Amino acid sequence: MPRGGTAAQTALERLISGYRPTPGVPDELVDASGAVRPVWQRFMQHLAAQNTETVSRMFARGDAYLRSSGVFLRQYTNEKATERPWPLSHVPVLIHESEWETISKGLVERADLLERVVADIYGDNSLVRDGILPGDLIAQSPEWVRGLVGVAPVSRRFLHFVAFEISRGPDGTWWVLNDRTQAPSGAGYALENRVATSRVYSDFYADAQVRRVAGFFSDFRTALLDMRRSQDSHAAILTPGPFSETYFEQSYIARYLGLLLVEGEDLVVNKGRVCVRTVSGLQPVDVLWRRLDTLFCDPLELEESSQLGTPGLVNAVRERNVSVVNALGAGILESRALLAFLPRIARHLLGKPLSIPNIATWWCGQEAEKAEVLSRLDELVVAPALSTRQMFDPEEASMTGPALRAHGLVRARDLIEREGRTLVGQEAISFSTSPAWSNGTLVPRPMSLRVFMVRTETGWSVMPGGFARIGAEAGTNMLSMQTGSAVADVWIVSDSPVVKVTNIGEGRARQPRARQGALPSKAAENLYWLARYVERAEGHARLVRAQHVRLSEAERAGSPLLTHLSSYLTLLGLGPSNGVPPALAEAIGAASRAAGSVRDRLSQDGWAAIMQLETTLKTAAARDVRAGDDAAGVMGTLLRQSSAFTGLLQDNMYRFTEWRFLSLGRSIERLMALSSALSNFLQIGAPQGSLDLALEFADSTISHRRRYGFQASRESVLELLALDALNPRSLVFHLTELETHTAPLAELVDTPLVRDLRREVCRFAAAFPETTPDEMGPESFLQFRKEIGDLSDMLTAAFLN
Amino acid sequence: MIYDIKVSISYRYGAPVLAGRHLIRLSPFRGGTDQTVHAASLEVTPGPDDRGSFRDFFGNTASIAAFETAHAGVDVTLTTRVERHAGGPASAASLALDALPETLRGIRSLESGSPLHFLGASPRVRPSRLLHDYAADHLPAFVSVEEAVRLIGERLNADMTFDSGATTVETRHEDAFTSRRGVCQDCSHIMIAVLRSLGIPAGYVSGVLRTTPPPGQERLAGADAMHAWVRAWCGPSRGWIEYDPTNACAVATDHVVIARGRDYSDVSPIKGVLRASSRQSSSHSVDVIPVEMAGQYQRQG
Repeated sequence: MPRGGTAAQTALERLISGYRPTPGVPDELVDASGAVRPVWQRFMQHLAAQNTETVSRMFARGDAYLRSSGVFLRQYTNEKATERPWPLSHVPVLIHESEWETISKGLVERADLLERVVADIYGDNSLVRDGILPGDLIAQSPEWVRGLVGVAPVSRRFLHFVAFEISRGPDGTWWVLNDRTQAPSGAGYALENRVATSRVYSDFYADAQVRRVAGFFSDFRTALLDMRRSQDSHAAILTPGPFSETYFEQSYIARYLGLLLVEGEDLVVNKGRVCVRTVSGLQPVDVLWRRLDTLFCDPLELEESSQLGTPGLVNAVRERNVSVVNALGAGILESRALLAFLPRIARHLLGKPLSIPNIATWWCGQEAEKAEVLSRLDELVVAPALSTRQMFDPEEASMTGPALRAHGLVRARDLIEREGRTLVGQEAISFSTSPAWSNGTLVPRPMSLRVFMVRTETGWSVMPGGFARIGAEAGTNMLSMQTGSAVADVWIVSDSPVVKVTNIGEGRARQPRARQGALPSKAAENLYWLARYVERAEGHARLVRAQHVRLSEAERAGSPLLTHLSSYLTLLGLGPSNGVPPALAEAIGAASRAAGSVRDRLSQDGWAAIMQLETTLKTAAARDVRAGDDAAGVMGTLLRQSSAFTGLLQDNMYRFTEWRFLSLGRSIERLMALSSALSNFLQIGAPQGSLDLALEFADSTISHRRRYGFQASRESVLELLALDALNPRSLVFHLTELETHTAPLAELVDTPLVRDLRREVCRFAAAFPETTPDEMGPESFLQFRKEIGDLSDMLTAAFLN
Repeated sequence: MIYDIKVSISYRYGAPVLAGRHLIRLSPFRGGTDQTVHAASLEVTPGPDDRGSFRDFFGNTASIAAFETAHAGVDVTLTTRVERHAGGPASAASLALDALPETLRGIRSLESGSPLHFLGASPRVRPSRLLHDYAADHLPAFVSVEEAVRLIGERLNADMTFDSGATTVETRHEDAFTSRRGVCQDCSHIMIAVLRSLGIPAGYVSGVLRTTPPPGQERLAGADAMHAWVRAWCGPSRGWIEYDPTNACAVATDHVVIARGRDYSDVSPIKGVLRASSRQSSSHSVDVIPVEMAGQYQRQG
């Protein structure tokens, strides 16, 4: 053991003095004699040198990063999604490079074997013919896509991105628990864990000789882009959408890799080719990294009820016009019963056993295996043969020995006798332990590891690191992993300094990442409506505040002005209510939903601004907001927060197509709301004070004072709010905005609908300034509002459908 | 027997649909020896923006029609001449029902004709203990698979009432069985589920029936619409047989096969996905006229 000075050594000994792994269970940190393993030495000395307060501060740094990045854990219970903080276990799992090499080699061998198996299952079925793999198992699998039997992938491979769930068995060697070939999640989380953990140990990480993971993502990006047949086509990530459990990870990776994130309905199969609907028309997609399970990918040929897929996708694969990562149907390799046959398949195809085996599994569709399971029923786990869930998935319908006993062994036996072909027995897993921080000290907790691999031109590239799952309880069986487990970063520690690649694409020729107009129509639609809803929320908040300010200023509740205002508020759905009026709450809710769907396109701060609106709303809804000052204060907060969002857009956003749709949304909404307000507040017979209200609604009180003095007249208000091109709140100003932002869009795509829109916008923007205040009455503003609504419909038809 | 066949299916939408994609399985089955297709044409109106076709896993012809412009409806018409061959007497004996499990365990094929595809659950068929017991109690000892299929078909036919108003194309076979009412699709699904509950490989056949009966015979039920019946596997020697539970008869020269699969989901004549939701109505008509009668028929028309 290297001596790091007596003081440091003493501190380390103190830190681990209470660390007691279960006898007979291997531990990552200490060996059987209780001595810290060499790979952990330097890290543990660093940790031991910190006092408790410092450690808390360090951990808080990591948590703060995760919070500010918006990383959270989304869980579904009873159809309802709940979100809780990302459960980072702040102590990473350390593995020495040489052991990692062994693991990597073993898993590469396994991935290659799986590729051969899936190619055979979708090829000539020699494994079935030779009696190595029971045909019944394949035939009854819902993941076997009969429509793609005999179709060789255009990329020549079925598997491009796979993951393995592994754990260390009692004898210290690694075992595979699950092969993940369908649409493995977690690589993005591994990256986030890495960033957070490196912040926790910011004084140590830089020189800790920990292998970097960025190179892996760079390999992946290159692999995806290289599978395209032309530079003009896209490689895109196919997501199930914002309601998916791992949507955050998908949008995060999309942003990190600079790839389009699309949902099934963004895609269309056109003349046999997969295309994405964008604001500039259809653009070809040659490569899809799907995060969607096969069965949901095409309602025409797969699960009919799927709302998430793209009709015709299977046929595009059949006609070899698109590469899907992993190939549709590759999920069949996740069937639990396959684990029972992989050892035989390895001997048959490779002539030797796999160097990293999987946990022992018996398919009860065979007589001898069924007898084996029946004879060891109280030690084995019994699970559905075709289940592709992980063993510690809480929704897995597996029964372990104790559960089986409770279920009634007689009934279990009966089930296995009758339905053997639908069941497997599996050896119960045991895990090694790794340290976790609990109440100021280190405790051993069960650990399993997810390892990610991507196929490159030169073979599999293994992510040096991964995603560790840390059990919540001390036990080392499966149950201890089922609820409340945490996640940890995995450090592969080298004996020598590592190459510090921190940015993907470093050292490579830079490829432009996005093109003007490569904006999916639906994303554009969400951006457009996001801006409209934020603007709507702002307008609503301003009106509601005007009401409450007047109430607090002792204007009588029944005064003509307040009566007039409240009838207008009622018309807008902002009628009297405790807390936040319904239409305002709806606008904020809709803005946040729209933002959630385009999260990959918003900056961290933009997203945070929207979340703040939601928080203010929730806080206000939770208490009894009093009319007057209190309510006016809440409205003021909402106004500042929505301005923060709008300000970010104007100041920080790259002047790309996204920005244009946001700007158009804001202008259209403002034009409609202002013309409606003008028709109301400027009508003949409107009570005294209405002109001031109009100015207040348009946030133009100060401007008016500067230009016209204190006394507002109908003419001065109309000059300023309708016709003044210098006032960013005026109708004319936003008509010009429409003209400005539609011009470059019209250059992206030339269709009759776009030409119509452009002509109408230009006509409107040219004609309106010619109007005089005398010609503006309530009816003309309502007509104006209707015409803007028509422009919005034309914009939708031209770009967003 | 040679037939001239015309099948028309038409959909009308409540509001024009922006785009749509249809998968059509309406062309007569071309694999196998029980029928020969002399000519077939499938017409789709309005003309699709994109068309294609492929042979699916079970050997059916699947056609694709995609629309990328607004349209208010789709008409699909099959016009075909098919010669249906009379099967001779069975050339080989059926396996005994008791011998089936052992035989099936020895099957090492996943070709489209392999019985392994037709066991257990499939998208529209769920075998159950209930259906197993419905049939098992009435089967004699040492029964052959073929005999079991006939007995089950007859019992089901006796128990079910043909009622086109009782079910829809989406009805689960469990519900049709509970009410003992339904049409050919329901009878076929129930029978398939019963057969599979007993471990007998069973599949679904869609097709058409001769419209007018031979002189002196009764018209078969379901002859005015697309029909469906059942196929079952009777061991490696006897192979597949087909049985029509709606008419309680073995399938013969009055039946023309369009598509075969595990259940309706593999063979539905038209599957469509439309962009924009819209109410739709559909209608279809079937004419299956023996060629020697065709002239006579026209004179009547």
